Amino acid sequence: MHTDRVDRVRQGDLRAGSRLMRDLDDRIPKAIEELKSLYAHTGRGYIVGVTGNPGSGKSTVVDALIALYREQGLRVGVVAVDPTSPFSGGAILGDRIRMQRHALDPGVFIRSLATRGHLGGLSRSTFDVVSVLDALGFDRILVETVGVGQDEIDVMRAAHTSIVITVPGLGDDIQALKAGILEIADVLVVNKADREGVDRAVRDLTHMLQLRGHDERAQIEIVRTIAARGLGEGSGVRALAAAIDAHRERWDGGEEGRRRARDRAAAHVGDIVRDRLAERAARRMREQGGLDAVADKVAAREQDPYTAAEDILRDL
Amino acid sequence: MTETQTENKERSIRILVAKPGLDGHDRGAKVVARALADAGYEVVYTGLHQTPEMVAATALQEDVDAIGLSIMSGAHLTLFPAVMEALKAQSAEDIVVFGGGIIPDDDLPKLQTIGVDKIFKPGASTTEIVEWVEGSLRPKVEARRG
Repeated sequence: MHTDRVDRVRQGDLRAGSRLMRDLDDRIPKAIEELKSLYAHTGRGYIVGVTGNPGSGKSTVVDALIALYREQGLRVGVVAVDPTSPFSGGAILGDRIRMQRHALDPGVFIRSLATRGHLGGLSRSTFDVVSVLDALGFDRILVETVGVGQDEIDVMRAAHTSIVITVPGLGDDIQALKAGILEIADVLVVNKADREGVDRAVRDLTHMLQLRGHDERAQIEIVRTIAARGLGEGSGVRALAAAIDAHRERWDGGEEGRRRARDRAAAHVGDIVRDRLAERAARRMREQGGLDAVADKVAAREQDPYTAAEDILRDL
Repeated sequence: MTETQTENKERSIRILVAKPGLDGHDRGAKVVARALADAGYEVVYTGLHQTPEMVAATALQEDVDAIGLSIMSGAHLTLFPAVMEALKAQSAEDIVVFGGGIIPDDDLPKLQTIGVDKIFKPGASTTEIVEWVEGSLRPKVEARRG
């Protein structure tokens, strides 16, 4: 659907873009139609995913990267994802506290998103918000996600380059990274590198990378940062940006780049399909008197759970 | 057209909780932020020492429906008007502004005149704040956003 708002977003109107993001997050049909006509105008922004252990300083690293990209004259969009409470449906979105010094910079746009019950660490709207930032003309789009395990695979699907952040002193907890997260890293960061145990953390990561053998992954760089120093002496953030650029140059325009673009597109389509199916199933359940009616029968062993589920899903 | 949203007919509500000015007392702001999140709203929290311009810019980037300002410094008669002006400068007067903190009754009419929607007095319960969101803010949000 071609609307006035679509034009305004393409011209870089931040307010229009911000409103569109909200409507997409709320799944307003008109906004989805608008995104359809915007999509052809996306694909220029470079997406960097940022994830890592809780408390590893993800927001501080993002803040320092914003400063560096601004220094290079690039416009930076940020999507910061925090978890929605499964109990209340509400969320406290506080990642931008560490980035507020950029609040008045018109070349920086920071948007907080709640996961809203999406299974992955990324909000189900993250892809959409990234698309809008892209259409608004942001050159770099940083996506910061909830710092927990396996679900962070989603980061890689959305990003051109994924950075995974850890800190010294986690001891065996660094092993927690091994379960899935290490596989998605294009660049590994040991932040708070002025802390004791930094050498050991780097050694552990190196060892874990070696265990993975000599595939393309052997080229993963491990960068030490003290992101709280911003771009100051010894912060390591310039080295991190260089590592991101090196990763980009390795595959940009090549077969690996095309593969990633396909993966990203497939993930996006798959997400939408799952979302729509879940929505239809929920509607069907409501029509049939909700899950409670079925649950009573299953709990009383009058029906088995598979038959109950198949009844709900029939001809969906 | 695409399928309509069926799971939840209600619009989400997003609220910015901000502390403008120089006072460093953010416990009240944090309690309110937590209470609003517990009531099911998405709360953007920006931390201390925000300028009115930062509050307005953040509200636009986050597309919030309302801004809650916590002011303990006594500078409410400066800061509220400054935030209202900053919003006006961005053509964002439609964002509802409310607040709390140490604000004498005598100052309430002045704040009302410049368009501050609601002031919660010290000792206001978080339930009271949530009731205001449902009773007063939500109808405005739904009228505005459709």
